[in-house]
Amino acid sequence: MNAPAYNFAYLDEQTKRMIRRAILKAIAIPGYQVPFASREMPMPYGWGTGGVQVTAAILGPQDVLKVIDQGSDDTTNAISIRKFFAKTAGVATTTSTEEASVIQTRHRIPEAALHANQVLVYQVPIPEPLRFLEPRETETRRMHALAEYGLMHVKLYEDIARFGHIATAYAYPVKVNARYVMDPSPTPKFDNPKMDNCPALQLFGAGREKRIYAIPPYTQVVSLDFEDHPFEPYRFNAPCALCGAENSYLDEIVTDDKGSRMFVCSDSDFCEGRQAEGHHGALSAAPYKDKAQGEAQGKDNG
Amino acid sequence: MTTIAELPPGFADKVLSAQSTFRSVMSAMARPGSVQRIVPMAGAPGMMMRGTAAIALTLFDHDTPLWLDARMTESSDMVKWLKFHTGAPVIQDSTIASFALVSDGALLPPLERFALGTSEYPDRSTTVIIQVESLDAGPSYELRGPGIDGVATLQASIKPSELFERLRFNETLFPRGVDVVLVAGDAVVAISRTTRVVNKGS
Repeated sequence: MNAPAYNFAYLDEQTKRMIRRAILKAIAIPGYQVPFASREMPMPYGWGTGGVQVTAAILGPQDVLKVIDQGSDDTTNAISIRKFFAKTAGVATTTSTEEASVIQTRHRIPEAALHANQVLVYQVPIPEPLRFLEPRETETRRMHALAEYGLMHVKLYEDIARFGHIATAYAYPVKVNARYVMDPSPTPKFDNPKMDNCPALQLFGAGREKRIYAIPPYTQVVSLDFEDHPFEPYRFNAPCALCGAENSYLDEIVTDDKGSRMFVCSDSDFCEGRQAEGHHGALSAAPYKDKAQGEAQGKDNG
Repeated sequence: MTTIAELPPGFADKVLSAQSTFRSVMSAMARPGSVQRIVPMAGAPGMMMRGTAAIALTLFDHDTPLWLDARMTESSDMVKWLKFHTGAPVIQDSTIASFALVSDGALLPPLERFALGTSEYPDRSTTVIIQVESLDAGPSYELRGPGIDGVATLQASIKPSELFERLRFNETLFPRGVDVVLVAGDAVVAISRTTRVVNKGS
């Protein structure tokens, strides 16, 4: 008889209990970073070891898992994590935001609105928003205890003094439930408003830094700003070159060495969904596909 | 003499039952006031409810000092069952407990006697699990706070009846405080330290 090589969802039960207890505390204290005994995972730090441990602790056989990396379902990191759980937990996987019950993400929040039966699991590299301002853990912990966040405002003010606007474009600090300042992980600040009053539960896992934190559903999440310099989400001023969307977050793709570039949705599921509905952008691949369907004349670039 | 063989069983399928129970408890904690059901079956000794037993099997282990109310401490079957299935050390000092099991709300000690965490580590607090009569009938409570879209209404008959008044100390203590899990049979409701009662009907 072949004994299964791994426990369900890879982690042993003792580890899952420890992570589950940390998750419950994290939910009870929104935005507070709960220390946990992060395990070594069969992937390097920086590849989502924190997110993977959180996902492994919550995942069940009835779940449908989606994994995105910078919004995309088809990059190396997303594919390997999806395969990892398909193999160790036998769960169904999907690329559809709508159908997924657990979405693990690196650095993006899907464009489609999340619903109440979903859990969004973030991979977090540096969970401490104050770390680059104060390297000592004892001090940052004290600052959180006293809700002493003046330093963060000074940092944002220095942005304004130097650049004329708040130049922080990603990992933009937020205040959760009017208490803890939290790092939303390196998501573009475009995504910050989606965290506020979100119907889905949001869990954050940092493997190397050994922290888990959470935002419960329907919780106030405010991006830090000033009265005269209010928070503004940033987006390239262009429609998506493939689906024409004017409201999605865009990736800039350099297409040659002469300065040409195209802007496409970073959320691959959103973009493909729109293209399937018949939306086209300026550089849509449709003409090429039409040609391929017609005659066999291959378009030779060489 | 009670032998191990006479103890009620734990989960039939440890892994998936614990996962399913955890998801119910996680949903309960994420949406305070909402009633979640615990599906997996486990044997429950004496006065322990099905839901309480499942939560114990899911969350307790040698890392979680456990405080029991007087009635539970007296029941050697219960203590044996907990020790055998979870390995959690049963302690007298409630101020260092990770979890507290309260079989009867009348025996709930002042909440200040539990671990409240520190300002630096508010997570080092006791999660108090209280068995109550009903979580679908009785006086109604209106709850607000993170996890609740506007107002959640909980109908429950809870002992002690002034539980929510006593939990108001969470308001001034935050981020320190205790989180409460109410169990009635297979129904679970969580009242996290951020949850506030805005209106108590009758």
